[in-house]
Amino acid sequence: MAASENTALLFPSPSTSLSARVHPLVIFNICDCYVRRPDQAVRVIGTLLGSVLPDGTVDIRNSYAVPHNEFSGQVALDIEYHHNMLISHQKVNPKEVIVGWYSTGDGVTGGSALIHEFYSREVSNPVHLTVDTGFSNGQASIKAYVSTNLSLGDRQLAAQFQEISLDLRMVEAERVGFDFLKKQSIDKIPSDLEGMEASMERLLALIDDVYKYVDNVVEGGIPADNSVGRFIADSVASIPKMSPLAFDKLINDSIQDQLLLLYLSSITRTQLSLAEKLNTAAQNL
Amino acid sequence: MANPSAPRSFLQVAATEEVAPPLRVVQIEGLVILKIIKHCKEFSPTLVTGQLLGLDVGSVLEVTNCFPFPIREEDEEIEAEGANYQLEMMRCLREVNVDNNTVGWYQSTLFGRYQTVELIETFMNYQENIRRCVCIIYDPSRSNQGVLALKALKLSDSFMELYRNNNFTGEKLREKNLSWVDIFEEIPIKVSNSALISTFMTELEADSPVTQCDYDRLKLSSSPFVERNMEFLIECMDDLSAEQQKFQYYYRNVSRQQAQQQAWVQKRRSENMARKAAGEEPLPEEDPSNPIFKPLPEPSRLDSFLTTNQISNYCNQINGVAGQSFSRLYLMKALQEN
Repeated sequence: MAASENTALLFPSPSTSLSARVHPLVIFNICDCYVRRPDQAVRVIGTLLGSVLPDGTVDIRNSYAVPHNEFSGQVALDIEYHHNMLISHQKVNPKEVIVGWYSTGDGVTGGSALIHEFYSREVSNPVHLTVDTGFSNGQASIKAYVSTNLSLGDRQLAAQFQEISLDLRMVEAERVGFDFLKKQSIDKIPSDLEGMEASMERLLALIDDVYKYVDNVVEGGIPADNSVGRFIADSVASIPKMSPLAFDKLINDSIQDQLLLLYLSSITRTQLSLAEKLNTAAQNL
Repeated sequence: MANPSAPRSFLQVAATEEVAPPLRVVQIEGLVILKIIKHCKEFSPTLVTGQLLGLDVGSVLEVTNCFPFPIREEDEEIEAEGANYQLEMMRCLREVNVDNNTVGWYQSTLFGRYQTVELIETFMNYQENIRRCVCIIYDPSRSNQGVLALKALKLSDSFMELYRNNNFTGEKLREKNLSWVDIFEEIPIKVSNSALISTFMTELEADSPVTQCDYDRLKLSSSPFVERNMEFLIECMDDLSAEQQKFQYYYRNVSRQQAQQQAWVQKRRSENMARKAAGEEPLPEEDPSNPIFKPLPEPSRLDSFLTTNQISNYCNQINGVAGQSFSRLYLMKALQEN
């Protein structure tokens, strides 16, 4: 990065637009590896896979742990393992390349520079992700860093780790439902209708909240907030205005369509059980 | 055992295998769910598979990790490479202390079309090596509707026995009392997360009143999904009626053959009467060399069973979607009236 001809001490300008985006799977993977770490190990280290998006955001989509040994400031990484795993992963998804590495623990430690240097040889400007599995600050902190080299001429003096903004994308997790991922155990995956029921209950609760808020404002309990009012007006306006007749027709048509579907599927089922009965009867020939 | 009081070696314990309790629950880690979803979604609509790793504990099968397979290609060299890949991956995962017992495999499906002969064959292959295995099926097409379409399946024991002997005649099926419902057994899924992950998720993501899942569920339009479903249903019905025709043809042939046999025996009897009257030895009443006594091969019922399974699956899906739509429509109605 900081290749320069001048002999002045150079602080390369931080790459401004760099940010990272982490998919929940990566966090899960890191936590799992941490739980399964060897007895004597203090932290786990691993490779991050993903891609760099056109706008410069580093999209971290996958990860795998790499065994390592750490003693008295020295870190020995199993490079062979790292390469084997990389080849295996690329067989499945060639689009995912190395984008950096992760380590558990809070912040950057001394050994990190060495490992970072190793990853710099694999990919230019790797991202270093730290996941504080020990909750040393009493909170789950996940941070991403890039490193810049401080160099004097051709001599490298030090590496500077700079924190970059991190976007924890949970949309995928949302689709699965946090309920599955937050709790320690769930006995059953809800069926279509149970899920629907939960969603509707939540919607109802939200509408109730809005009612309460509006009533409160009208009675003068809380001062009116224009922006909130505008949001409420927007959501009320999002219900299309139709004449009751047209609306009834629309609803009834759809209901009839659905009923027809139900009827069809029931008739198919009847047909199936009938066919089965006939088949067993035919077997008596 | 010669000396029951002596401590038994591990080998002995392993040898005196008790009767395994039936598999009741598949306990699956959130990590595995995310991995499966990621793999299946990224390659959708191509169907992909992967291997499940975990532990078999009593009546619970714990799935604690998994890894994806590269997309299969019809080439022997690449196939050998695939086997290598699998071994390599297992070895690597073992090094970072992941459970490396294979407990089954996962695969993606579209609109729930998974009941195929290939699935059964893969299952039989796995079953040969592992006593207890399970197949997890994920349907990415349904996740757009806010449903987590994960299913854990296994083949029923009686079906496996029949399949091993490749015996799908009507008589055998009747003997075993096996109908199409009994081919696949669905096993309830439990989701578990380690305490660490659960803390992280709770910490990182506060309880939000609305999630993407809710939006997906409350979306009014479900017609593309239903349309595809109906198309497949119709296709399956055609298949089924073709199968039925095969059977009709078979039965017609059988009854024709029986009529022929009857006629032949009748003729032989009258001939024998005549011979008796003439004082000659009667001819035998059966002639194995005669082609009309050769039993006709009965077509296998496996295909029709699978198609029936498929159809009932579509019906269930349609019912589910229709049920959802009903609630949505009534919700809309209520909103409009308000």
